[in-house]
Amino acid sequence: MSQPPSATTDTWMLWEVFIRPGAGLEHKHCGSVHAADAEQALHLAREVYTRRQEGDSIWVVPSAAITASAPVAKGEMFEPAADKIYRHPTFYQLPDAVDHM
Amino acid sequence: MYTQAMDTAPIEAGQPTANAQAQQHFDQVIDSQGYIEPQDWMPEAYRKTLVRQISQHAHSEVVGMQPEGNWISRAPSLKRKAILLAKVQDEGGHALYLYSAAETLGTTRDQMLDALHTGRAKYSSIFNYPTLTWADVGVIGWLVDGAAIMNQVPLCRCSFGPYARAMVRVCREESFHQRQGYDALMAMMRGTQAQRDMVQESVNRWWWPVLMMFGPPDSESPNSAQGMRWGIKRVTNDELRQKFIDATVPQAQVLGVSLPDPDLRWNEARGQHDFGAINWDEFWQVVGGNGPCNRERLATRVLAHTSGAWVRDAATAHANKAHARRQAKVA
Repeated sequence: MSQPPSATTDTWMLWEVFIRPGAGLEHKHCGSVHAADAEQALHLAREVYTRRQEGDSIWVVPSAAITASAPVAKGEMFEPAADKIYRHPTFYQLPDAVDHM
Repeated sequence: MYTQAMDTAPIEAGQPTANAQAQQHFDQVIDSQGYIEPQDWMPEAYRKTLVRQISQHAHSEVVGMQPEGNWISRAPSLKRKAILLAKVQDEGGHALYLYSAAETLGTTRDQMLDALHTGRAKYSSIFNYPTLTWADVGVIGWLVDGAAIMNQVPLCRCSFGPYARAMVRVCREESFHQRQGYDALMAMMRGTQAQRDMVQESVNRWWWPVLMMFGPPDSESPNSAQGMRWGIKRVTNDELRQKFIDATVPQAQVLGVSLPDPDLRWNEARGQHDFGAINWDEFWQVVGGNGPCNRERLATRVLAHTSGAWVRDAATAHANKAHARRQAKVA
């Protein structure tokens, strides 16, 4: 993994940190660190976010590499799912005798 | 550790919003005790006030490493030294969680550090008092971190998501800080008369400055209402102070120390403790830069930053070289 380092600025580039609490669980965002490169970002993330065994795996991702959905687009992005209640198992009324299928 | 109640500075002037609909949505989220996330629209005054509050909170953690760091090399045992090292590292970690939260509001780490180093930004007044004895390390854990917990627990429900999440992590760790302090003091109280006297002397010195940590009385905190409205302040200064005193009195009894306030007594009718008048002149002196250690704390902080410059430069140079080598290999 080779990210161009932030050589031209005074500030080290910003990395988002994701921690996996344990095998079988997913990585979860927990904050960010500044670091000159990916290796250092991992190292610093370990010091900042796992001082008490909060996880057993760390991902660091350049903050600039993340594309996020826009808050103003929340409606068009997520509202269409709101009226599709037939996608949930609770939509279907079955006889009591078989309701626990 | 934590920051001063931040309403010692005026609230940022509110700009009339061009986007009434966005304002309405913001108000709805606040009214329903919801969370504002970094990309959501927010009033400029809310953003500015949060940047100031979170960054000053972070600065307090950074400067807070100094009074205790003073005793790392002279801790009385390896056990206490390991504990103190872990605690001071936590304070540095808390600062980083908080800077990270503040950066989501569009400010940079450099801007925040610059504000601290040039004296434009404040940090908690408590760290401008010296740690003269080993007992001070225990008292900071018990009282200063105890006051911090009182203040920070309500902030776990603050309306700005990244700040609230950082506070949840901070509070979990803060509990260790308070308990290790009380534990260290208990060890001293079981020791010699000289050790017990040292604890009492330390409590006498810290008690009043700790009560000042909650900030000026509500009657002199004109910005409290706006902070409450925005959900970035949940409990008033006076309420927190009272709660802290009521919680601390029985702890002092168990420890076997007295609190240096002749007016401190249980008020049956109120169901709370009455306590003596706080010297607010002293508080404003310390906030204004004239506490016992203000200049020393800031100078130490600036020196740490400037003498660490070569480390930052070296890491950048190494990263550039490694990157260039990888590029050459690919080519």
